[in-house]
Amino acid sequence: MLKVFWAFVKKEWYHIIRDKRTLLILFGMPIAQVLLFGFAISTEFKGARIDVLDQARDDTSQQLIAHLQSSGHFELNRLLTSEDEMESGFKEGSTKLVVVIPENFGANLYSGQPVDIQFVADGSDPNNANTLVQYATTMLNEFQKDQSASTENPFQIQVENRMLYNPQLDSAYTFVPGTIALILLIVCAMLTSLTIAREKELGTMEILLVSPLPPLLIILGKVAPYALLAFLDAILILVLGNFVFKVPVLGSVTLLLFCCLLYVVVGLSLGTLISTRSSSQQQAMMASLMGLMMPSLILSGFIFPLSSMPGVLELIGQIIPATYFIEILKGVMLRGVGLRFVYHEILILLIMVLVLLLLTWKNFKVRLQ
Amino acid sequence: MKENIIIKVENLTKQFGNFTAVDAISFNVKKGEIFGFLGANGAGKTTAIKMLIGLSKPTHGKGSVAGFDISTQAEEIKKNIGYMSQKFSLYNDLTVVENIRFFGGVYGLSRKRIKERTESILNELDLTSVAKKTVAGLPSGWKQRLAFAISMVHDPEIVFMDEPTGGVDPKVRRQFWETIYRVAEQGKTVFVTTHYMDEAEYCDRVSIMVDGRMDAYDTPINLKTKLNANSMDEVFLKLAR
Repeated sequence: MLKVFWAFVKKEWYHIIRDKRTLLILFGMPIAQVLLFGFAISTEFKGARIDVLDQARDDTSQQLIAHLQSSGHFELNRLLTSEDEMESGFKEGSTKLVVVIPENFGANLYSGQPVDIQFVADGSDPNNANTLVQYATTMLNEFQKDQSASTENPFQIQVENRMLYNPQLDSAYTFVPGTIALILLIVCAMLTSLTIAREKELGTMEILLVSPLPPLLIILGKVAPYALLAFLDAILILVLGNFVFKVPVLGSVTLLLFCCLLYVVVGLSLGTLISTRSSSQQQAMMASLMGLMMPSLILSGFIFPLSSMPGVLELIGQIIPATYFIEILKGVMLRGVGLRFVYHEILILLIMVLVLLLLTWKNFKVRLQ
Repeated sequence: MKENIIIKVENLTKQFGNFTAVDAISFNVKKGEIFGFLGANGAGKTTAIKMLIGLSKPTHGKGSVAGFDISTQAEEIKKNIGYMSQKFSLYNDLTVVENIRFFGGVYGLSRKRIKERTESILNELDLTSVAKKTVAGLPSGWKQRLAFAISMVHDPEIVFMDEPTGGVDPKVRRQFWETIYRVAEQGKTVFVTTHYMDEAEYCDRVSIMVDGRMDAYDTPINLKTKLNANSMDEVFLKLAR
């Protein structure tokens, strides 16, 4: 039996190393995804160009404009002279934010009168607009504190923020776990469903089924190499995350790898299930892209938080394996928690494996009848 | 006489819901015979062959292949038969030698035996020069013969071929039939389905399936005399009407 299994693994190995597309998905994609998420997708920004409509034109307003630029986040584009000009900058794309400083800005500020400063941002790009307004507000508050330092108010509430587990609010901390979950799913579910569907398309699956091999061995022989490669990918991403983006692994590495293994098994059973239902590579590809990748990317809490979704979507999110795996990864990697805090998620993944294997087995049998 | 019969089928039936794909067919195949299993597309040939090779269980009826019951001993049957499908199912991205080795491994041949078989197949088919080339680049006639050789890699008693000549040119078809004869001369039984009626003439005996039933079952010569036809083509047309 072991010899037959080995023959399978060797054959599968030839398939993998001779197919550039597979190699690219296996090793190019994780590296590209980590680096892309790390370098390209960043909520930080520098030198956003702003327009200012300064209706006060006093010393204080000048100081405010200088203060806004002092951090390097903002860069003055134009000084506007009337409200009519406000939109043109957005339309041309030369500006991201317009700051409107009211008349008598300085005088009102110092005499304790209400002061209304207006920030106008480009709502067609809501995420960016939000971030810009947030930064500008923070800087404005700072400015106010500086200016009122002389007239000290002893009854101020000081807010001190501390972001536990990710003090710099580094986006790498969320995308490294997310990328691991996604890549493992692609390698385990998509590549295995493709490779099994390819055998069906070629007709070699029929030949294998006519051979005395037990069907279980055929499937195991096919998925084993992918399990190993998926595991290597997980380690590759962890190492990349650690060295390039300084994402730590605070908890037990053994627990982490065990959970990766469990998730790999979930992915493999999903892949086999898909392949039992599809007769061509194209079908398998569509099923894994639409049925697995999309939901795992959008509904797993990787990009959008699950709790803020409408009920139905949240429910769907709760049957996606990636949801739990990402929870586990965040817990073990970033918060350094032990088995006691993730056993619930592990249990759910185990149940998923059982259900999926049962379904696969049933489908496989039906096919043979 | 009895021990000479290697495939024996009685009232073999397969139903899918209300549809009867194979309707109570009965026939025998003798050892060393080239048995043509004919019929139009959709006549139930593939369903019948699947029951014989253990991929599908019959709804009614019984049968035995190489002395094993098709309902209960499918695993034993699988060890004793070779199977070649019309797709010449080889791995295109593997070399000729790798393909032979893999299927040798699948049938549990020893390393030594695999080496012997590889050499003999390469020599017989004159493939030594392309042994290390991937199968993808071979002409279809060579692929077909290689697929055939691989289906016999474990030296089975019977080889089942499902439309082995589909989509190959006439010259290659002729060559292929020479190979089939050679195998039959070695005492192997060849069970072959085809819808080329000229090929039916090459068989020792044929059966013709129409709509799940077996309408004729005899030697080609007897069938032609019985139905007063000049060729198997005519026999087939007369039956199918």
